[in-house]
Amino acid sequence: MQPPSGYRTPPVLIGLGVGAAVIAVGLALTYEAPPIQTSQTGFRGLAMADVQNPRRVADRVVANRVPEPQPAVQPAGQKAAELYENVPVLGDLDVEEFNRLMAAITEWVSPEQGCGYCHAEGEPLSSDKLYTKVVARKMLQMVGTINADWQAHVGATGVTCWTCHRGQPVPVGTWFTEPNPMQAGGGAQGPTGQNRPAPLATLASLPADPLTPLLSGPEAPIRVIDNRVLPLRGQQGASIQATELTYSLMHYVSDSLGVNCTYCHNSRSFFSWDQSTPQRTTAWHGIRMVRSLNQNYLLPLEGVFPKERLGPLGDVPKLACATCHQGAAKPLLGVSMLKDYPELAAIKR
Amino acid sequence: MAEYQSLFTQVQVRTPAHAGVPLPRGTWIRQGTPRFSYLLGKIGDAQIGPIYLGWLGVASIVSGIVAIEIIGLNMWASVNWDPVQFVRQFFWLALEPPPPKYGLSIPPLNEGGWWLMAGFFLTLSILLWWVRTYRRARALGMGTHVAWAFAAAIWLYLVLGFIRPILMGSWSEAVPFGIFPHLDWTAAFSIRYGNLFYNPFHCLSIVFLYGSVLLFAMHGATILAVSRFGGDREVEQILDRGTAAERAALFWRWTMGFNATMESIHRWAWWFAVLTPLTGGIGILLTGTVVDNWYLWAVKHGVAPAYPEVFPPVVDPAAAAAR
Repeated sequence: MQPPSGYRTPPVLIGLGVGAAVIAVGLALTYEAPPIQTSQTGFRGLAMADVQNPRRVADRVVANRVPEPQPAVQPAGQKAAELYENVPVLGDLDVEEFNRLMAAITEWVSPEQGCGYCHAEGEPLSSDKLYTKVVARKMLQMVGTINADWQAHVGATGVTCWTCHRGQPVPVGTWFTEPNPMQAGGGAQGPTGQNRPAPLATLASLPADPLTPLLSGPEAPIRVIDNRVLPLRGQQGASIQATELTYSLMHYVSDSLGVNCTYCHNSRSFFSWDQSTPQRTTAWHGIRMVRSLNQNYLLPLEGVFPKERLGPLGDVPKLACATCHQGAAKPLLGVSMLKDYPELAAIKR
Repeated sequence: MAEYQSLFTQVQVRTPAHAGVPLPRGTWIRQGTPRFSYLLGKIGDAQIGPIYLGWLGVASIVSGIVAIEIIGLNMWASVNWDPVQFVRQFFWLALEPPPPKYGLSIPPLNEGGWWLMAGFFLTLSILLWWVRTYRRARALGMGTHVAWAFAAAIWLYLVLGFIRPILMGSWSEAVPFGIFPHLDWTAAFSIRYGNLFYNPFHCLSIVFLYGSVLLFAMHGATILAVSRFGGDREVEQILDRGTAAERAALFWRWTMGFNATMESIHRWAWWFAVLTPLTGGIGILLTGTVVDNWYLWAVKHGVAPAYPEVFPPVVDPAAAAAR
């Protein structure tokens, strides 16, 4: 038997072509344009890799510019407290060092507004009339605490005002507790805290605010995976909802640092420390640092900030990973500004 | 000249509408005058109707609509009845199961009560449709293979939304109704229980899922390739093997040393498809109820290999602080 002849291209090919075009447009609008560069970080075959896009790496270099240090000064041999009034935090500094630091803070925090941003016009320098001065004092103490007590997270690199402020009076990476989105209410489903595009969690439908429950208090359970093979009778582990909250926080951390999950975790077992990278330990300390700083330095400023500096629910601005990191795994790409201002590691608290 | 091909037909052969084989006694008759659709004729039979709903079909469709209304209206209410936001955020919206504090009790309507109700009507709709597939097959004198294959899928659905939540003692363990939210649930479920990839029944389910795809492609390709020899008349070829069946069989013996038969390939496909949700459902059922951490389970049983250490040893800082 002869196979029939007169074969012709079936119209299905046209359909496939149209389909391919639609998919191509969808891909172009949804995904990050290549190149995506992947470098292996762990043992082969485990997908332990650092994923970067050179365009974003270049943007990051620009965004993490570090200002020139203020010119060094000769000590005057007189303490700031002897010359100025109301300098409880920086009083032990040499006058010259003190003035140099003031110039640096102006450059870092209020380059356009100048000294008047904190020091009220027509008032003596010692006046605490402006709330900004009271906040600045608290923030200096916070910088001192970070540099002295949180080396497990910041190492010898340390932080300065610039790490967060970058020339802005209000750092870009602070956050507030957001009100629940407008819902019909009544007998219909009430707020669930999730299932809307969540800006803090890379627009996933995960819980919208992982920071208030997990990073503003002194302690909160982030771990949801049990360290045991079999469940224990009568012991309910973490719920799926709690898992999603942790998942949302991890999205936030990953986005804040510009890294993927495998920067800290081995995805074969997110919970196992013996599978993790040393960076996870650093992040663990960072989470504790954020909680402690919010508790001891930001939340106590309630009543100090004027209304226009508060969030929609009247809460003070708080910090978290993005406040310092701003998309870089190491803030300022690991450059230490502290070495030019060692006094910021020895602030009276 | 136009020619007839067996799939994606170039020429539509139109005969007078066929009302179907005579049925034994039934409460309903077939409804509507048959019509023809040229476009549907491009991918299948051009004839539409007559249809048979029966009271099972009607009850199933009504329950299904009730479920979809409950889900959709709650989604819409969650964007304050804003039609634009409903469309824009549709993929993110969901009807959530009750929070964990309610366990297996009946929660208030606005805290999961609607979820429970939607789940009830959806389940009712699906079960009624199952009975319908069974009864219609019987009415036509067919075997009930379709009904049992559908039952395998229903098994997985019931495990996810009903059986496992009851074993875990909380409706909150069930899956939300929503596009992205149910995917997030899936990811969170795997993370919570220590990586579902180490669950052997999850492995089996993937084998059968990908195996189904492979078998479907192999079978479809084989039949299309021998349709020029009459291979698309599969039922005839099962009973009376012709040159199409001989060539197809020889092709696979040449290329992989073994061939299914014209009949057995359909059993292969049916079992692979049915075993996908069957094994998957077992895997879900075991998760959290009898296994808490699949990675540790796999380490304990020698399934998860150890790899050479690349990083300096890392220890849990919380455990280090406790010592």
